[in-house]
Amino acid sequence: MSLTRAQIESIAHLARLQLEPAEIPVYQESLSRIIDLVGQLDRADTAGVAPMAHPLPGLTQRLRPDAVTEEDRHELYQANAPQVAAGLYLVPKVIE
Amino acid sequence: MTKSSGTIGDGGSRPEGRGAAGTEPRNAQESSWETVIGLEIHAQLATRSKIFSGASTAYGAPPNAQASLIDLGFPGVLPVLNREVVRMAVRFGLAIGARIARQSVFARKNYFYPDLPKGYQISQYELPIVAQGALDVVLDDGSIKRVGITRAHLEEDAGKSLHEGLGAFTGIDLNRAGTPLIEIVSEPDMRSAKEAVAYMKKVHTLVRYLEICDGNMQEGSFRCDANVSVRPRGSDKFGTRAEIKNINSFRFVEKAIQYEVARQIELIESGGKVVQETRLYDPDKGETRSMRTKEEANDYRYFPDPDLLPLALDDAFIEEVRKDLPELPDEKAARFATQYGLSAYDAGVLTASRELADYYEEVARAVPREPKLAANWVMGELAAALNKENLDVGSEKMPAARLAGLIARIADQTISGKIAKEVFEAMWAGGDSADAIIESKGLRQITDTGAIERAIEEVMAKNPGQLADYRAGKDKLFGFFVGQVMKATQGKANPAQLNELLKKKLSG
Amino acid sequence: MNSLTQLAAGLRAKQFSSVELVRAYLERIEASQPRLNAFISVTAAQALEAAAAADRDIAAGRGGPLAGVPIGHKDLFCTAGVRTTCGSRMLENFVSPYDATVVAKLKAAGAVTLGKLNMDEFAMGSSNETSHFGPVRNPWNTDFVPGGSSGGSAAAVAARLVPAATATDTGGSIRQPAALCGITGVKPTYGRVSRYGMIAFASSLDQGGVLATSAEDAALILREMAGFDPNDSTSVDAPVPDYVAALDTPLAGVRIGLIKEFLDEGLDRENESRIREALAVLERLGATLREVSLPNLPLSVPAYYVVAPAECSSNLARYDGVRFGHRCKDPRDLQDLYRRSRGEGFGAEVKRRIMTGTYVLSAGYYDAYYLKAQRVRQLINADFKRAFEEVDVLVGPTSPTAAFRIGAKTADPITMYLNDIYTIGANLAGLPALSAPCGFVGGLPVGLQIVGPHFAEARILNVAHRYQLETDWHRKLPERFA
Repeated sequence: MSLTRAQIESIAHLARLQLEPAEIPVYQESLSRIIDLVGQLDRADTAGVAPMAHPLPGLTQRLRPDAVTEEDRHELYQANAPQVAAGLYLVPKVIE
Repeated sequence: MTKSSGTIGDGGSRPEGRGAAGTEPRNAQESSWETVIGLEIHAQLATRSKIFSGASTAYGAPPNAQASLIDLGFPGVLPVLNREVVRMAVRFGLAIGARIARQSVFARKNYFYPDLPKGYQISQYELPIVAQGALDVVLDDGSIKRVGITRAHLEEDAGKSLHEGLGAFTGIDLNRAGTPLIEIVSEPDMRSAKEAVAYMKKVHTLVRYLEICDGNMQEGSFRCDANVSVRPRGSDKFGTRAEIKNINSFRFVEKAIQYEVARQIELIESGGKVVQETRLYDPDKGETRSMRTKEEANDYRYFPDPDLLPLALDDAFIEEVRKDLPELPDEKAARFATQYGLSAYDAGVLTASRELADYYEEVARAVPREPKLAANWVMGELAAALNKENLDVGSEKMPAARLAGLIARIADQTISGKIAKEVFEAMWAGGDSADAIIESKGLRQITDTGAIERAIEEVMAKNPGQLADYRAGKDKLFGFFVGQVMKATQGKANPAQLNELLKKKLSG
Repeated sequence: MNSLTQLAAGLRAKQFSSVELVRAYLERIEASQPRLNAFISVTAAQALEAAAAADRDIAAGRGGPLAGVPIGHKDLFCTAGVRTTCGSRMLENFVSPYDATVVAKLKAAGAVTLGKLNMDEFAMGSSNETSHFGPVRNPWNTDFVPGGSSGGSAAAVAARLVPAATATDTGGSIRQPAALCGITGVKPTYGRVSRYGMIAFASSLDQGGVLATSAEDAALILREMAGFDPNDSTSVDAPVPDYVAALDTPLAGVRIGLIKEFLDEGLDRENESRIREALAVLERLGATLREVSLPNLPLSVPAYYVVAPAECSSNLARYDGVRFGHRCKDPRDLQDLYRRSRGEGFGAEVKRRIMTGTYVLSAGYYDAYYLKAQRVRQLINADFKRAFEEVDVLVGPTSPTAAFRIGAKTADPITMYLNDIYTIGANLAGLPALSAPCGFVGGLPVGLQIVGPHFAEARILNVAHRYQLETDWHRKLPERFA
């Protein structure tokens, strides 16, 4: 099953990945091969089989008490930030 | 303490004289169209910590002071679910008579936006915690409309983007990221802007009753999106709908919907087609506008969040929450009507919030034989005074016991209702009790028959002309004499006694 | 060279100090870097400080079970104050503000971190050739790959640069490098080891584990790594057995299953011989062999290449150049910021998997791919469950071939993916599995895989340990690093 150029571009956009024009056919090829590989799943008869989201069945979500356990450590956390001003993370202006 | 909700009642007006329930201003053109509205309400749950992290949810902290590593979506962090969030959602579900899912699943809603740190929002998709329920809404004409609620689910809030004052940049504050939300989705059951507002108010009242949300729309803890469409009256197919986002007041909801309905009708009637899109309401211009950024339908690629396990609730958990439910607004209003002999309307006004209802009950219990008098004072003088200063009933300005003291003095005839207004003003200004003011201003009603008769005789003597005219048949002058005696007694003559004695004396 | 167990004992007995030991290892590491490139960051100063503290603890009689023992961490475990890169340009300069739970636990046990180990970028790979920091080379032959994604961890242990290293396994990333480097690698049951601070690739498949030179050493580390963590919702609240105490149980009566579907042409002949020789040893030790069929197991690779990319496409969305990580220069607008930061920050394999994942989750494809794969996953799980009703462990090859030349399989991703054909099943089913060395082919190591039912770490370590008492493959090391 071959993915089209348009499909690759659409996927790259959804994933916010800049691809150079020359890269597109390369990804087209490899993604198509992967989708072919994945197509083998059709061999399995999964009628009536529930999807398995977690490998250990029967476990359920633990609940934690409603308590404030964190303090203000924004200076430490923002040490890695590319651009910060007045405690805010900065990005190029977004127009809504 | 500033107000977190709207005014008490609706400024004192009564329902008689309004149009039929749920219709817009009558217009030949518009009545051939039917409006269909569904509301999606996002209520922030009033927990101490966030839904998946232990950061505080308190409003107003400096930017990013309450954004933990989990809220920031740092590499390697994982979510753990807050028990109180679950309890609050179940509370809500029980209050709307919904089915509580014994197993619900958290799903990732994937999209890119700077206020969404992980690049996905943890929400619930196919299996929400609360399934089908309903709310009965009292409309303006007193009729009751049942609005279906399709589902309510849990999700995390995003952060905030600040576009002003940063030049070529937008600033991102993630304090709000991770605040727990319950998203309440109604069926498209509403047929007018007024119905939509009534439903929204009902939900607002309910979440505050349940103490799961503070309902503060200015702070963003209660937000509403409206899905609006029109169709030819009589059709059973739905028209294309537009979504109006993030409306943060009851008034704006009404105006936005009205504008949008008119816009859609005009568009269709002039040959156009309504586009399914997201629109923003501009309160300054009073119009809705298409949102540029959401032009393409987003493919959210929902899938169950592998970092969270299915949420399982057993009967014991649900029963514990049920036992803990407060008396709900409808139940309380019904009880007030029977227990205190109030009209359905008055009972509704007094139960609009738990604080108000509790206040009223405290007053009514302190003056047990005067529930209606208490109701009138709470909805009348008290409401007016609070509204004027933008306070609500929780402020300490007029404690229930103090108001009850005033009402007791009216009830036992110490002062007249008219004088009581004067006393109330003094109490409001100075914080004293009714008794203290009545005493210090000497406002006790005069009930001594002899004293009133003497006052009447004096007035009669001073006004022979009017006396003669009255006796000659000018009945209207009765009021003149009442006024004169009141003046002479500084308003303190008991009105009922005055009337009786005056009548006797005037007729000679 | 001494095993980790012996080193721990020697330190406790004050036969040598941690500082001396750490110094010695740091020298070996430095000398090896040009050849092997196993480390991304070497934290020499911190290590010596921690070693000195460990020596003080030992002197005061309060050292933990791993007091003063040097280890390395795969560079996807967050280490507070230390660069954590995931082998990626995206996190090239990311200094983590917190410790992963695994890191904290091993620290609390007294272990001394020497540095962060090289890996395939974001754990995606089977050869350690996708690292932004250059490939890692196999100590047995530096023209060959060490395996991946935990190539740095495996090479470091094989070359005796550290006695043990933490690693992670999502589709075989501990076991396959263990096999290719001739050492012992353990992936525990899903939920056994905390994932908090273990940078996510595929959340329902990732597990943290250990690479060491023997099952005995691995047992010691794993015992300290494992355990319930309230910060990880998928962490299992069950007590951790003493894996070390359980090592010596005799194998008489242990039922070993051989997976019919994997005894096929896919396996290199010579490799197969090593496996059969190992099985013969196990039989001599009292185990019985029988064939079991897991008919859906051959679908592991296709199922994995739906589930893992799907989860990773979402897990890696947080790398957007806003709060941390690589940001492109002079972004024109927000979309440009995202696209170029991510386009520049991620390598080709990562992009490939993100795009695959985005595709299989997208509207119209979710049912056909993602749900289908999760249903097949259910079937595979059921196959394993049925098998474990008849046998105690499943034994077979870890990898279809021994190590291959650097660059030999990079042209076609599928060829690379098929390296994991024997290992992926245990990830899909969340089962504990290990690889232990069982011989050589063409001078390169071969690994024997042992898989157990959920929470049977003690059992699989026991089988490997008894095997290692009978054989000495695990004691062999590349001459150059002796």
